[in-house]
Amino acid sequence: MDSVLGLLGGLFLIAGAAFLLLGGLGLVRMPDVFNRIQAGTKATTLGTLFGLAGAACLQPDWALKLMLIGLFILFTNPISSQVLARAAHRSHAEKSALTAVDRLEDDQGA
Amino acid sequence: MIALFASLLLFWLLLNGSPAGDVVMVGVAASLSIAFLFRDGLAIFAEWRPRALATTVRYFFFFLKELIKANLNVAKIVLAPSLPLTPGFVKVRTRLKSRMGRLLLANSITLTPGTLTVDMDGEWLYIHWVSVDSAEIAAATAAIVTGFEEYLEVMYG
Repeated sequence: MDSVLGLLGGLFLIAGAAFLLLGGLGLVRMPDVFNRIQAGTKATTLGTLFGLAGAACLQPDWALKLMLIGLFILFTNPISSQVLARAAHRSHAEKSALTAVDRLEDDQGA
Repeated sequence: MIALFASLLLFWLLLNGSPAGDVVMVGVAASLSIAFLFRDGLAIFAEWRPRALATTVRYFFFFLKELIKANLNVAKIVLAPSLPLTPGFVKVRTRLKSRMGRLLLANSITLTPGTLTVDMDGEWLYIHWVSVDSAEIAAATAAIVTGFEEYLEVMYG
């Protein structure tokens, strides 16, 4: 039983680390602040959740608290990203030349 | 206010992980005073409808599925040498009326494939989308909002 949980926890930790790595790669490769936030938010949320799940498998006593931490992250991570993105847009952060359409600017300009 | 008190106390008990008498008493006192002092500001947490418990559970799993899809999607873009992006800001509309429903909708959109809520204005949401399929309001709404809205409408209205 211990070894099964240990294996599962290890796999969760590896998956979490892989997603965090991809998120970091996204931060470097994406062309503008909005796309970077996109890569950063999703990857860090799932990566951290996997990390917490892994920790819960390795230390079952902590499972409830780790679950609460996960819940907090699920609520706060997207809010901070949204506020960052809004602030970036309001301060006219540079947008990638690929940007096809900007309905927000259209509406604010009106 | 009772719902707020109950949620706070539940949180306290989960955090402490101990049903000892003194721990519970401190929790009751703290939860009661917070629920009383912030009954207006935090009332948003009491908008959930308990009879929607089953929907909430299904929503949670639907959300997890979308979150994993979102990550594979980001991974695909980031790992592709050509970096295939067609980003843009689109406008979508929600039928949800409650504040908590809209908050959860905006959060869910941020965490799911290629979309990020940038701004909100009443029933209008402005979404940054890494691969814009359609800038039309109806089509973008159908692609981004509708999946979550079905669940959240039952949970919060």
